[in-house]
Amino acid sequence: MNKTSSVVSLIVKWFILIVVLTAIYLPLLMIIVYSFSTSQSVGGEYGKFTFTLYSKLFQNEKLLDATKNTLIIGLVSALVATVLGTTASVGIHYMRTKIRSVVDAASQITVVNAEIVTAMGFFLLMIFLRDVIDLPVNFGLTWLIIAHIVITTPYVILTVTPRLKQLNPNLLEASMDLGAGPMRSLITVMLPQLAGAMVSGFALAFTLSLDDFVITNINSFGANIDTISTYVYSGIRKKGIPVEIRALSTIIFVVVLTALIVYNVVKNKKAKENKVN
Amino acid sequence: MKSRKAKVFRPTAFSFPYLAVTLVFVIFPLVLVLVYAFRGEDGTMTFDNFIHVFSEAENLRQLGATLGIAALSTSICLLIAYPVAFILASSPFNKMAILSLLFIIPMWINFMLRIFALQSLLSMIGVNKSYFSAVIGMVYDFFPYMLLPIYTVLSNMDKSYVEASRDLGAGPVKTFTRVTLPLSLPGVISGISMMFMPIFSSYSITKMMGDANTTVIGAKIANLFENQNYGNYGYGSALSFVLLVIVIIVMLIGSFLSSRTNKAPKGGKA
Repeated sequence: MNKTSSVVSLIVKWFILIVVLTAIYLPLLMIIVYSFSTSQSVGGEYGKFTFTLYSKLFQNEKLLDATKNTLIIGLVSALVATVLGTTASVGIHYMRTKIRSVVDAASQITVVNAEIVTAMGFFLLMIFLRDVIDLPVNFGLTWLIIAHIVITTPYVILTVTPRLKQLNPNLLEASMDLGAGPMRSLITVMLPQLAGAMVSGFALAFTLSLDDFVITNINSFGANIDTISTYVYSGIRKKGIPVEIRALSTIIFVVVLTALIVYNVVKNKKAKENKVN
Repeated sequence: MKSRKAKVFRPTAFSFPYLAVTLVFVIFPLVLVLVYAFRGEDGTMTFDNFIHVFSEAENLRQLGATLGIAALSTSICLLIAYPVAFILASSPFNKMAILSLLFIIPMWINFMLRIFALQSLLSMIGVNKSYFSAVIGMVYDFFPYMLLPIYTVLSNMDKSYVEASRDLGAGPVKTFTRVTLPLSLPGVISGISMMFMPIFSSYSITKMMGDANTTVIGAKIANLFENQNYGNYGYGSALSFVLLVIVIIVMLIGSFLSSRTNKAPKGGKA
């Protein structure tokens, strides 16, 4: 009797998981399926299997530009955020407790604040710099990169700090006592041990940047610049999203899926090797 | 001989570039929001912008509607994510690493493209844009962010608590309500905080998935700034200031709740 009830509960559990997984992946699957059709809408008459949307995608300059901008903003901002966040973590780590708690709180402002308020703050700052103190600056790619650096750096700090806490606190001072300069100590003593956390921090910053909409949207009002997010959004509001977005989505889904599965397989392999050693 | 410079240098100095960035790009903009919120069109200090915010019934209605849609979507998401996290953290599912990964993967896919995919599917099966479909959009978008913290807490939980409870004669339901659920509350609170406040700003979802009447307060602020009109900055800043106050209140409630729940297991141990 106990056995049948546990079989039933196993079936129920699988059922719940499969229903939720279907709900998650069915929309993505439909986009992939319809990326090989010229149907005007997803779910319309399928017609012939074709790569038309993919060739259209590579002729859509605006969409390609948006993709390029997304990648440039993501890579540059994540790179700078990783450097800035890692050095910040090291510095904060050596602060006295009282000062550290203040700085920690300040670094969490953009994390807990409503994104729209942060976005507006950036917008007002640009207005202030440009119109009130007359600096020769304006909205554009550079401004978006700066904004993304500011919002992603706290997440790098959140990733690097726990690793830092596991390290021997005397290492940096020992290195400096032995005559290495502060920069050299940071690069040769601290960074190698933080490399793993920095990679995670970079990946997190990069994905957050790719995913951002609100900051980018508000701060591109004054500039004629699109990322994938703002492009799709304005497409829905204006004349509709071009069909080739389905081809772009498919490419992104496949790239992300492959990257994550490869990453996890490699990670599991490494974990197993470590166990053997 | 050590150089003098190396001796004077303190490791804390590594944080100075970041501190400068935070000062200029995080703290100062918030000061600007404050300044604009209390500044009249003639440049003097005034409460006009706040009077404007609170005298318009539309604003209060939208704030209420935002709280409503945030509460509704967050509860639905929690009601789906908790059982899924619970199942994934239990055996035999906890040994299938790829399975839980499948639930988290959407986190790494651009959310606008996911919303676009969901909207295409809904319109394909004949669901019109409505309040209801906007809620579905929120749940779909934030699901991995709700699931991950709950799953992490549940799978790191010391299983001996549950075993002890069962050994001492409590049934599965009582064990869940008295042991597992209280121990998993920190994950639940962090899941809720990953979703509740961000919904205030997620006007893209209500615009793409909802009907004309479904909106969040973030849309109003975005509109005010989109029409590059100086007169609106004060009004928009005052609205943002109100939002900032709500953020602080929600945060205080959250930290109060999590400090209470963190105490619970300790008390049980003693």
